[in-house]
Amino acid sequence: MTLVITIPDDAAALSVGADEVAWAILSEISQRGLDAKLVRTGSRGLMWLEPLVEFATSEGRMGFGPVNVADVAGLFDDPAHEKSLGLVEDIPWLKSQQRLTFARCGITDPLSLADYQAHGGLEGLRRALQMAPPDIVQEVVDSGLRGRGGAGFPTGIKWRTVADTPADQKYIVCNADEGDSGTFADRMLMEGDPFLLLEGMVIAGVAVGASKGFIYIRSEYPHAISKMRRAMAAARDGGLLGPKILNSSFAFDLEIRVGAGAYICGEETSLLESLEGRRGQVRPKPPLPAIAGLFGQPTVINNVLSLAAAPTILAKGAAFYRDYGMGRSRGTMPIQLAGNVRHGGLIERAFGLSLREIIEDYGGGTFSGGPVRAAQVGGPLGAYWPPELFDTPFDYETFASKSGMIGHGGIVVFDDTVDMARQARFAMEFCALESCGKCTPCRIGSTRGAETIDRIIRGERPGENRALLRDLCEVLRDGSLCALGGLTPMPVLSALDHFPEDFDVS
Amino acid sequence: MSTRANHPLQKDFNGHAVRELATRMKQMDGPLLPILHAVNEQFGYVDERALPVIADVLNLTRAEVQGVVSFYHDFRRTPAGRHVVKICRAEACQAMGAERLIGDMETALGVKLGETRADGQITFEPVYCLGNCALSPAALIDGQLHGRLNAAAALALAGK
Repeated sequence: MTLVITIPDDAAALSVGADEVAWAILSEISQRGLDAKLVRTGSRGLMWLEPLVEFATSEGRMGFGPVNVADVAGLFDDPAHEKSLGLVEDIPWLKSQQRLTFARCGITDPLSLADYQAHGGLEGLRRALQMAPPDIVQEVVDSGLRGRGGAGFPTGIKWRTVADTPADQKYIVCNADEGDSGTFADRMLMEGDPFLLLEGMVIAGVAVGASKGFIYIRSEYPHAISKMRRAMAAARDGGLLGPKILNSSFAFDLEIRVGAGAYICGEETSLLESLEGRRGQVRPKPPLPAIAGLFGQPTVINNVLSLAAAPTILAKGAAFYRDYGMGRSRGTMPIQLAGNVRHGGLIERAFGLSLREIIEDYGGGTFSGGPVRAAQVGGPLGAYWPPELFDTPFDYETFASKSGMIGHGGIVVFDDTVDMARQARFAMEFCALESCGKCTPCRIGSTRGAETIDRIIRGERPGENRALLRDLCEVLRDGSLCALGGLTPMPVLSALDHFPEDFDVS
Repeated sequence: MSTRANHPLQKDFNGHAVRELATRMKQMDGPLLPILHAVNEQFGYVDERALPVIADVLNLTRAEVQGVVSFYHDFRRTPAGRHVVKICRAEACQAMGAERLIGDMETALGVKLGETRADGQITFEPVYCLGNCALSPAALIDGQLHGRLNAAAALALAGK
């Protein structure tokens, strides 16, 4: 029987040498004259173990990692090699997860539609095609799914608004402009299970009556762009896209568009401007994109993970998905653990896990070995949390009640060498760099904010300048048009509130 | 030919090629960004002289095209060096010492962040998140992603 060996071609795995290891494996196979094949998969998300090589056995997949080229020959000789991890599914870090969206990632060949279907793919769409479109929307509403991009708006309500707005042309736009530092779930999904995103977009199209979609991917993700392009071609060949979706009467096709290095284009109205070929400047709302979005037409604009949750909801039913989670945060959240952490990667779990469980139990503390001093949750616009607040459960409302947000689910860990005044300054500097310039508080306030923090760091009238900074943050929060200006105060004020000693040079 | 001397890698500007490319792509929905990406890729940068050509094909004002080009970080106004090192300076990489790494690399490469070295061999520029945040610090060197980077490894990769 042919021996199947897998190794990811996910960008993170490639960044630590997965291609070199793959070549070494191929050469070993040919030298030994083995009946074996090497399959490139997505990443399992256990990033500190990349490159993670897996050998299929009758008991399951045996893992080795992190593998370097010198290890390769030994893997074929000795199942108890020092890099052996045993059965990958039994690694506690992975076994304890609840993978719905990432169920296939790292397991299947991302570009094989046959492999996708053999692992449950297209079940959601097949069921949706048997349903009346309003029932599909209702299923998503009932699941309690909320936008995974950061704002947490109920996805089903967005879909219903588009479905109820009459128009000749409607659009499904996937926001794959995930620019938040510390987040990589969109990238992993697009590289590891691209058909899931396509299936989610087709379901959305059938549900609201849209025949055309766009995926707007940030240019910083060249591997994801290339993988999505190839997956789209395979989906057309397989009848998942085109004039008759899976031989039904529904038509749906899409285009991939590449961003051009503007963080603000992750904001939905700015993304639509960019798609239309303009500067990515924020549009005032109303009108909502659901009523007048891309080219003025009703548009569903959802994040990658929101759209990728739809196939599971349709395949297994709203109740199945809703039974995960806590409070008004239903389902699972792909959490991304990053920065100065020993065991970083992707943790998909139901809402409700505490920050401490994530950072200490999964993360295993810092990579540097120093004590954890702070964690920024939710990207560059998210709050900095001190260890005293690490018992907070991961939930939209609980986080908001403590002046934070879960955002896109990224957590960046810092050790005790971090200077929180510098981090606060960076938040203002980043806002100044990426502001679209449409509204004054964000455009001017961010630069003045960085200058004010500089004065505090230099010890110039620190008391007065701290008060001025708080005042400025209030103006940004209340006076900005979108989340960039509106949320930049979050990292700044959380740093000031929880780490005041770093702002006191006296 | 003085601009050529300033930028050793600059290709001769070819207005016909830009017009042909823009004409071919103008049927797309919202064609301007894809056209600018194509020009940027084909020539290595978006030459000032390409703007009126694109504006003419798309029936836009030159100011509109200029506004779009200047808004996005990706569209280069001058050619890049032979090697391009994009280093991440967002929070996850900061937590793993990216700022110190950048300082070390500036010294070793002989070029400031955001600039191209005088001999045109290397462009060193910041990027804000490459999605490799669990294996920080990260950089994209000539299109290849690298993780757990240190100055020695980065210099070896950049091939001096």
